[in-house]
Amino acid sequence: MPLDDAAARVRQGFSQVGTRPLRPDGVDKVTGRARFGADAVAPGMLIGRILRSPHAHARIRKIDASKAVALRGVKAVVTSADFAERADDLKDVLVNVMARKKALYEGHAVAAVAATSATVARKALKLIKVDYEVLPHVTDVDEAMKPSAPLLHDDIFTKGVEPRPKKPSNVTERFEFGVGDVAKGFAEADIVVERVFKTEATHQGYIEPHACLANIASDGTGELWVCTQGHYMVRDNCARLLGMELSKLRVTASEIGGGFGGKTTVFIEPVACALSRKAGRPVKIVMTRDEVFKATGPTSSTSMRVKVGAKRDGRITAAECDLRFQGGAFAGSPVQFGAMTAFACYDLANVKAVGWDVVANRPKQAAYRAPGAPMAAFAVESVMAEVADKLKLDPIEFRMKNAAKEGTKAAYGPTFGPVGFVETLKAVKAHPNYKVPLGKNQGRGVASGFWFNFGGQTCVSLNLSPDGTVTLAVGTPDIGGSRASMSLMAAEELGIPYDQVRTIIADTSSLGHNDISEGSRVTFSTGMATIHAARDAIKKLCARAAMTWGIPVDAVVWEKGHAKPAGPNAGNFPPLSLKEIAATMFNTGGPIAGHHEYNAENAGPSFATHVVDVEIDPETGRTTVLRYLIAQDAGKAVHPSYVEGQFQGGAAQGVGWALNEEYIYGADGRLQNPGFLDYRIPVASDMPMIDTVIVEVPNPGHPYGVRGVGETSIVPPLAAVANAVQAASGVRLNSVPFSPPKVLAALEAKR
Amino acid sequence: CDADETLLDALRNRLGLTGSKEGCGTGDCGACSVMLDGRLVCSCLVLGAEAEGRKIETIEGMADGENLHPLQRKFLEHAALQCGVCTPGFLVASKALLQKNKNPTETEVRYWLAGNLCRCTGYDKIVRAVLDTAAEMREKRHAA
Repeated sequence: MPLDDAAARVRQGFSQVGTRPLRPDGVDKVTGRARFGADAVAPGMLIGRILRSPHAHARIRKIDASKAVALRGVKAVVTSADFAERADDLKDVLVNVMARKKALYEGHAVAAVAATSATVARKALKLIKVDYEVLPHVTDVDEAMKPSAPLLHDDIFTKGVEPRPKKPSNVTERFEFGVGDVAKGFAEADIVVERVFKTEATHQGYIEPHACLANIASDGTGELWVCTQGHYMVRDNCARLLGMELSKLRVTASEIGGGFGGKTTVFIEPVACALSRKAGRPVKIVMTRDEVFKATGPTSSTSMRVKVGAKRDGRITAAECDLRFQGGAFAGSPVQFGAMTAFACYDLANVKAVGWDVVANRPKQAAYRAPGAPMAAFAVESVMAEVADKLKLDPIEFRMKNAAKEGTKAAYGPTFGPVGFVETLKAVKAHPNYKVPLGKNQGRGVASGFWFNFGGQTCVSLNLSPDGTVTLAVGTPDIGGSRASMSLMAAEELGIPYDQVRTIIADTSSLGHNDISEGSRVTFSTGMATIHAARDAIKKLCARAAMTWGIPVDAVVWEKGHAKPAGPNAGNFPPLSLKEIAATMFNTGGPIAGHHEYNAENAGPSFATHVVDVEIDPETGRTTVLRYLIAQDAGKAVHPSYVEGQFQGGAAQGVGWALNEEYIYGADGRLQNPGFLDYRIPVASDMPMIDTVIVEVPNPGHPYGVRGVGETSIVPPLAAVANAVQAASGVRLNSVPFSPPKVLAALEAKR
Repeated sequence: CDADETLLDALRNRLGLTGSKEGCGTGDCGACSVMLDGRLVCSCLVLGAEAEGRKIETIEGMADGENLHPLQRKFLEHAALQCGVCTPGFLVASKALLQKNKNPTETEVRYWLAGNLCRCTGYDKIVRAVLDTAAEMREKRHAA
């Protein structure tokens, strides 16, 4: 949709946007009243539980559930036989939700029961007999790519390779992006650095396990309560997998206890719906933490090679990468995004970025905050640090020399509009943290990151109440305080106080389609829709005032929450407030509402630069984060506290990825650490305060200049920590996590 | 309650007190933190039967009617929550800290709260909220 003139002009000067009011859902969340996925109950409710494969790879010869069905209290059992096989875009989703013919990873669902209590459901699972033929498995990405590797699927013939292979393999697709001629560029370089890297799979680690409550009737209608980042996606997937019409399934998004990309697909929801339909009663499924680790998320593990050439003056002449990502048992790792983002921070003439998407016997990867970018940035920004080091250049000066800016043609295609990368570099350089002297065994690391940001399908409704308060209905689940931002933007546009706008997340039957809360799109897309919906309501408010005054509608303007005659010629009438117009609306033409629905485009990218100081304990190899600084472009920070929160949260997740977190597989292909004790996410005592600088280079694609901020913050930390560890210890580690034993071994090898 | 029922299950499923959350069921995340006879525990690690006749304090009892506890207010003012699912556990644990230690250092706050996992915030604003609450409560006591 082309932007109208008013929207194309980025507004300057705000009365409410940029302030830090309390969030509208705050009291519910500090008193325990907020209702999350597992907090709902229904009369007659059954408890659903899922039986999962203990094997990494196995043919399912037979499932005998007769004893479970016969157990007192069991009301339904489902297997893949209860879902019609598909060949469309939901084929993999369905096979992941319920294994068909083969179990492809440890934890893969093979059957489910609904029973009158959790105890009975657990007993019933033990009575289901599955006859498995255990098959050889593969979990490592490089191993999975070998021609001799066990095959997961017999119908994968690598796409993007000419000629297309005739033999199936685990490599689903090859991607390539680039500009110029890298061979020529490397020939011009005075210095070339080439390194290989590995990253381990990490989990999104949201504290709330997946949970839902399904109630499907025999007439093909139903309701579903679920914690998800996208309830329209859940409606689409569940209804289609069950053969229901979309509009007959009403999905309500509960409060969501974290997602970070991991709640952008379905796992238990279609199963709960199928059990409910079969049993004729409501069915609730709540995952255990063990199930969350084994059967949802995680992100890809990777193997990467990066090569960068530069002139003595620091100008990069060529950059190349080869990225191999395993995305679990199905196609669709984020390697394409990895290859696209790898060199996006830099203005380069010669780039070649290649990506390989690989399947392996692990859970199907799910999006994790800036999917694909943190791994690629770990490799690229580690090499950039080494190049700067070798050239004896300050890492910020080196980046400044090569930085992407307005007019840069990115290697993945587009030409950037106004972007704030250079501003983030300047901001960290000017910050006191960059000048703090470091002691023994301490080091400082710098790294930068980029994320595209997305727009997407969006629909909102803004409804006036007769008392002059406003309800804003949006369809993007609030995953980080977005209701506060939406209320701020609506209040700003309407010219009424923030606390007179109540933003709610509408269910799928109450509002048109909305894409998932992902891609850092909500404050940008839903925010812009909110502004347009408010403007739509303002037009109607002005028309009511015009009618009341008996003057033409174009003789009325809206200022600071009031309709006013446009000028002295329009007539002399005292202004009418929103409240006054709302109070009489039933007599002046009926209810007043504003709407906006569109496919949001022109999401401006967000760049960030992180600076981290660490100290290494030479006795144990433990890395302590001493100081952390983030500068990131937000375009315009609508609610600065929640912008800072996004910066800080992403950085902490990145620190966990860099130092502790990893999926550890045994030789049997089973996950050895499916719990928070052994899969250790950062705790409060692992982190220092996280200093933030909000850079604001307005995005011309948004009426207030907003850019998404949620994802970029996890892109730089892996490399920033790697570069700091190198500076502190003199040892460069090319595989995360930098767990104490790994660091200690590297220190000892050096000594 | 049933022999295999945890205190958390009993609170949530029998009493409808769903403010305490189950994040892991193994005592690793702290989202189910409650006070049992004045002691901070993970209610997922206590059997319901063990709690018979004992005093349980949950997040639902933290505010005094419409008046939020200072910690609840400061968590909101500092934007110390994003998704909010860990928040009840953090509040219960923080209150227990401030009962023991009226003037905790940042390090003491961080180590006391190390049993409560938050994946959204990076802990910065949570730690600030707790320190700020402690300071305000000290000032109030001083003024009184």
